[in-house]
Amino acid sequence: MIEPNRKGEVWVFAEQEDESLCDVSLELCGRARELADQLGVKMGAVLAGWNVRELSYRLIAQGADRVYCVHDTELEHYRTLPYARVMCQLIAKHKPQIVLYGATALGRDLAPRVASEMRAGLTADCTDLEIGEYRDPKSKTTHKNLLLQIRPAFGGNIIATIVNFDRWPQMATVREGVMALQAGDPGRTGEIIDEKVALSEIDKAVRLIERHREERSVNLKAARTIVAGGGGVGSKENFALIHELAGAVGGVVGASRAAVDAGFIGKEHQVGQTGTTVRPALYIACGISGAVQHRAGMEESAKIIAINWDKDAPIFSVAHYGIVGDMSKVIPMLIKAIKERA
Amino acid sequence: MSYDSIVCVKQVPDTANVTGDAMKDDGTVNRAALPAIFNPEDLNALEAALAVREQHGGTVTAITMGPLGACEVLRACLYRGADRAVLLTDRRAAGSDTLATSYILSQAIKKIGKYDFVFCGRQAIDGDTAQVGPQMAEKLGIAQVTYFERFVDLSGRTARIRRNVGNGWEVLEVRTPMLITVLDTANEARPAAARRVMRYKRARAADEVIKDVATAMPDASDAEKEAEQARRLEALKINALLLEKWDLDDIDADLMWCGVSGSPTKVHRIQSIVLTKEGYTEIPPTEDGVKQLVHELIVDHTLG
Repeated sequence: MIEPNRKGEVWVFAEQEDESLCDVSLELCGRARELADQLGVKMGAVLAGWNVRELSYRLIAQGADRVYCVHDTELEHYRTLPYARVMCQLIAKHKPQIVLYGATALGRDLAPRVASEMRAGLTADCTDLEIGEYRDPKSKTTHKNLLLQIRPAFGGNIIATIVNFDRWPQMATVREGVMALQAGDPGRTGEIIDEKVALSEIDKAVRLIERHREERSVNLKAARTIVAGGGGVGSKENFALIHELAGAVGGVVGASRAAVDAGFIGKEHQVGQTGTTVRPALYIACGISGAVQHRAGMEESAKIIAINWDKDAPIFSVAHYGIVGDMSKVIPMLIKAIKERA
Repeated sequence: MSYDSIVCVKQVPDTANVTGDAMKDDGTVNRAALPAIFNPEDLNALEAALAVREQHGGTVTAITMGPLGACEVLRACLYRGADRAVLLTDRRAAGSDTLATSYILSQAIKKIGKYDFVFCGRQAIDGDTAQVGPQMAEKLGIAQVTYFERFVDLSGRTARIRRNVGNGWEVLEVRTPMLITVLDTANEARPAAARRVMRYKRARAADEVIKDVATAMPDASDAEKEAEQARRLEALKINALLLEKWDLDDIDADLMWCGVSGSPTKVHRIQSIVLTKEGYTEIPPTEDGVKQLVHELIVDHTLG
């Protein structure tokens, strides 16, 4: 752990795979930039890998003042221990006050290992980050300019705000897609600082034998229109109607957790807190009651249409247009109306 | 060669089925109103450990940290095949965040001593953090393999493990001892075995015996109760049905790293979910209504 350090930078762990930066890291740069400006400190990014120095310019364009670059063939593909060593050594050396990671499979593997070694606090899966103050009820002291780490908890039924006022750095993982990707400024300038980190034999002991990556078969994040079905769709067969409507509007098929759990459709379609967070131009929710887990993943959509027979379904509370009625009758009407206009 | 496994399990409130009663007026959760269940992915972790024992021999020890009620999940482990079950319970552990929890569990694992694998579920459904596994691995100074799908190979001290990384998979070669977090898709957890249920439904921790006796003999004198407790404890010991119970002293835990003082993260506030939008345009479920809606969406360039 490091002592609270008010001059410390705001850092982003820049996750990259196969020499390309992850979206969530770029999204995080935008928010880290804002947090750093509020605190009046510099924003840094840690970029570890092999042959990835070029990516520094993108991180600078997205807001980084400094990119700490660690180059080592051992870092070409992610393994927990070498990457944890890099983070721990750089944190000990530069004493950042905030370190943010994407809540990806990799980030959720790395960040807790680092937090444990640093004996620092870590909040998982944040959906928002702010700077604010906290009054410690025990010591009655007020800590100013802390990172407020905001996350859904208890299966998404409550929102908790977490702080870490004494054992720094303040660390959090942040869900992909919840922070909008800012337009980068290629004209921005920043420093690239090459760092060396010594890896021990123990750090290198785990071997990567085989590695297989697949393109995402469903790209919900990039979709302009999403047609999503929920438990109310009733069966796998009925889901054909959702696919048909998605086809008619040129959209991608999404689903609630209830629909995925019931086996109507694959998990890669799941929207919500435990699935993908989306913000399309149009979201059509069919037979989705709108549990908080689901709403948390789609309520930022520009336009939301909810179709549900139950007028009291919570989904209507986030909808712009609501159709209270039988989905199996309403959807064919919608398809017909769209085809007639086109 | 045979392998000794430790499985960390947790009793959690069933957050997937939260009803109105579960939320108090102040926006906090009324845990008492939620049924307590075996954390789903911990069942997959237990299954993975049992499968190793079936193939290679060895032992499976289940451990849980929680209140006395958590003995329920320990019995569930015994029903499925665990050899030994340990309850870790101490008031001084209350308020532990993931870091303090991982410290306490790692101390208990050190007390168990010899092991080849520590299996955990990927995450628990009450917090969904997935942090305790990797943090424990760090505290134990061993390698971690998160998102376990299956063993590709296991011989001697070397395991080849396939793990799911979301956008694909990879195979790691790791030497024991190691910590593994298991996904719900890794296996199909076996149900309780009827014969083991018959045997282990009587398994009790000592503190449960005290409660059982108090319920069974409400009018007895203290001396009578104590005699009955002693009799029952003796019977449990003879039949190997006494669940072990450890507190923080038993595992040599440094209190500074436990409970509230060992937890860097503090809850600042809790809010119930606030709905962001008020009111919506109601579209009648008719051909004309739907046509009008599509027209509006085309006019404002949402569609087309």
